[in-house]
Amino acid sequence: MLTNPMLFVLLIPWVGIVFIALSSRKANLREFFSIATSLCLFVAVIFLLKNWDTATNSSVINLIEFAPGLQISFRAEPLGLLFCLLASFLWIINTLYSISYMRSNQEQNQTRFYIFFAVAIASTMGLALSSNLLTLFIFYEVLTLSTYPLVTHKGNEAAKKGGRTYLAYLLSSSIVFLLFAILWTYHMTGTLEFTLGGVFSKTADPILLSVLLCLFIFGIGKAAIMPLHRWLPAAMVAPTPVSALLHAVAVVKAGVFTVLKVVIYIFGPTTLESIPVTEYLVYLAGFSIILASVFALLQDNLKRRLAYSTVSQLSYVTMASLLLHPLAILAAALHIAIHAFGKITLFFTAGSIYTASRKTKVSELNGIGRYMPWTMAAFTIGAISMIGLPPAAGFVSKWYLLLGSLKLHEWFAVGVIILSTILNAAYFLPVCYAAFFKKADCIPETQQEAPKLMVFAIMLCATGTIALFFFIGPLIELLKGLFLDPTVLSLSIPSGVKP
Amino acid sequence: MLNQLIVLQVVIPLIAAPLCIILSNAKLVRAFVIFVCTASFSISAYLLYFVSTSTTKTISYALGGWAAPFGIEYRMDIMSALIGLIVSFIALIVILYGKRSILQEIPEKKITLFYTAFLLCLTGLLGITATGDAFNVFVFLEISSLASYALISLGKSRACLLAAFRYLIMGTVGATFILIGIGLLYAHTGTLNIYDLGEKVAKLHDIRTIYVAYAFIVIGLAIKVALFPFHLWLPKAYSESPTVVSAFLAGTATKVAIYALIRFTTAIFGIKFSFTTLQLDVILLVLSIITILYGSLVAIFQTDIKRLMAYSSIAQIGYMTLGLSLISVLGLQASLAHIFNHAIIKTSLFLLIGCLVLRMSSSKLSDLQGLGKAMPFTSAGIVIGGFSLIGIPLTAGFVSKWYLVLAALEQNQWWIVAVILFASLLAVVYVWKIIEVLYFKPAKETNVAVKEAPLSMLIPVMFLVFLNIYFGIETSLNAGITKAAAMQIIGS
Repeated sequence: MLTNPMLFVLLIPWVGIVFIALSSRKANLREFFSIATSLCLFVAVIFLLKNWDTATNSSVINLIEFAPGLQISFRAEPLGLLFCLLASFLWIINTLYSISYMRSNQEQNQTRFYIFFAVAIASTMGLALSSNLLTLFIFYEVLTLSTYPLVTHKGNEAAKKGGRTYLAYLLSSSIVFLLFAILWTYHMTGTLEFTLGGVFSKTADPILLSVLLCLFIFGIGKAAIMPLHRWLPAAMVAPTPVSALLHAVAVVKAGVFTVLKVVIYIFGPTTLESIPVTEYLVYLAGFSIILASVFALLQDNLKRRLAYSTVSQLSYVTMASLLLHPLAILAAALHIAIHAFGKITLFFTAGSIYTASRKTKVSELNGIGRYMPWTMAAFTIGAISMIGLPPAAGFVSKWYLLLGSLKLHEWFAVGVIILSTILNAAYFLPVCYAAFFKKADCIPETQQEAPKLMVFAIMLCATGTIALFFFIGPLIELLKGLFLDPTVLSLSIPSGVKP
Repeated sequence: MLNQLIVLQVVIPLIAAPLCIILSNAKLVRAFVIFVCTASFSISAYLLYFVSTSTTKTISYALGGWAAPFGIEYRMDIMSALIGLIVSFIALIVILYGKRSILQEIPEKKITLFYTAFLLCLTGLLGITATGDAFNVFVFLEISSLASYALISLGKSRACLLAAFRYLIMGTVGATFILIGIGLLYAHTGTLNIYDLGEKVAKLHDIRTIYVAYAFIVIGLAIKVALFPFHLWLPKAYSESPTVVSAFLAGTATKVAIYALIRFTTAIFGIKFSFTTLQLDVILLVLSIITILYGSLVAIFQTDIKRLMAYSSIAQIGYMTLGLSLISVLGLQASLAHIFNHAIIKTSLFLLIGCLVLRMSSSKLSDLQGLGKAMPFTSAGIVIGGFSLIGIPLTAGFVSKWYLVLAALEQNQWWIVAVILFASLLAVVYVWKIIEVLYFKPAKETNVAVKEAPLSMLIPVMFLVFLNIYFGIETSLNAGITKAAAMQIIGS
């Protein structure tokens, strides 16, 4: 067990926390430890990824027995590995960005910030690698609680209020619905182990299963399906690196990741096909996509607009996974990573606009592209990815999602995708246009690009967004492990479009 | 020798109590009491170990060599050994912690008396768990109650006298009811041995005396348990008494009463009579649910942190009786697990509050603003204890909630599950109220220079906080042993 590469992935962030805490007086050393930890973690994840291929599915860590037949245990599987890879990579970039952001904006309590950030990453790793629902739930809650001090970092009235909403939505949904669903599942099946094809017997009552599925979908508040989305805009009081953590690296991703896990490993697509409520939940997710996009269109605050865009993009994942076609599930898994890159780019640009010029509103951005060309170029790339245009990665997941829904003749989903693409364009492109082509209303006193380290981090993300488009192949290869019969996938991918 | 340990566990603190007065030197008394508590704790730990690994799972000792059912029998099974361990462990921790807190909150002249009363209270509580004789239960209940009235009245404020008096009235009514019940049973069967009573009562059918005895005993114990609507004595008794006393009572007194309730209803009257013929389960279920919701709701509106915790205790008592009302192995397991976990949770919280009170001399929430920075360890401990109260995973509270919900699901009682989970949300609200006061309200000028609590208090209480997490992960004691105990009671 000690040589298990998974152990390193799980432990490195905790070790990092100790070092960060010990060096709280020396800012430079502390930041060095933050970066070093994130790099080590990424290397460990890569190492796990390499070794996982050879060790196949057998790499398991069992920690301790919580209840009969129920252990706190970890197992590497494709979806979890993808999530680990994503979170650990973005953590590096986010750390670089955080250092620059926190220093430029002279934020208080920076040690606390880095510690809880690392706790959030540590729990994300635990969540991603958990091998049963209990373990997943534990880390799900730890993630909620560890991000609370980050959301309320500023400590003022607004932060307290935002933090309350954040907690109220996430804790109450998870305690009341998710825990209920988990216990019910355990009661019905006697297991919570993630099993390919699902854990329910074929004779299970479809009505019960429907209720259970609803409990799961509404219990996973982090996936922010409407009407459980309000916490995301509320959490916008947090500093920008935290918003990036929430929207791209960990929190909402943990939500949709859990949705996917439940769909694939707890219910299994075959079981879900036979229960009536799946169809309605697809509709709900579809409405969630459209409504959130409309809300986004109405926001003038840039970060709030991005927040609503996230709500809409998350529902893509939920909808795609509930469509149950292998291609749609593939699209859902890919979209977790792809959206993460696009959204982190967008949030970073919003943060650097704030740092450089203290602007937070869309209507103030006229002409800003002239003195912040790098930032706004990155913003445009992120926006293109959100809309789903090549050569940004967003195109790939949208492509598979469309293919999947077409194969199913799911015209509702097709309509939603098209409409939301138009709406996405409507709320992103005017920003890009205004930034580069409109004249500034008044000449600002300072006309400068954001600090270099920030711009560097932003460019890394933007490059990643493009690069994912060209190098998506290995990810798809990895995700084939999600299907009992991977040939389903290769047959339905037209050979010509494989990027 | 081993059998004598059962009675030794009770006798040691009983003999030690008057010795305290003779010793009278405060330092000497303290050292002596620590020694006595350690001895009690080691004995009960050994007893639990022995009982749970032995083949019969019970040990019995005939007092004075008179064989049961004529003499008084001391008898321990897994459940009583477990409750005994909880009581002696909490007593030990509270005493280790107490030095500074006792000095501050109890008048100097009365400190020796405090230790005496404390040991007597411990004697009573341990006695209830150890004895197999119904009248003995009453005697020990009175010993512990009288001692606790005295303990509560030791506080410096005058309000504690009123609190003690209230508790005295209610407690005496409860004890009298129990005595009447036991008397009726004795009049009809001619025996006082719990297990002998069980056999004799089982043979009697439809005798009014038994029904009346049952009613008296159950109501009497419900007062001691502080089940709604008999809870009125509890909030003041917990909030006005010295912190060490509230911590000790919150961790032990009501738990032992629940133990007695379980013992009387299952061993004397029998599960069939109690829960099928008389349907105590329905009454208990309804009252438990009301207790849970009432306690949690009222806790939210408290402005004093000790009162808040007191009402939260009432709510938590509801969880314990709820488990019993489901009358299944899983339900009783949940109930016992929560007795175990809540003893740790609430004692740690009251002791941490004692740290705050030591520094601020007040337990009003408005006086505790912004202490998160000045007293980081204490505040963090309160946060962890609060999480455990809510039932966040990785804390002990989660384990008991897990089993309780499973027990409700086992009987397809969906609405109970909903109530349990909803009540957790109410717990989130009142716990967060404290967290916001500690961390988000700007510190008052007087609070800035406050120092962290002394190590002599922090170390024992931090050990409890650690146990909060330890028992949330390693569940062999609070889930494993309780299961064995429940199976022994209900018989699977």
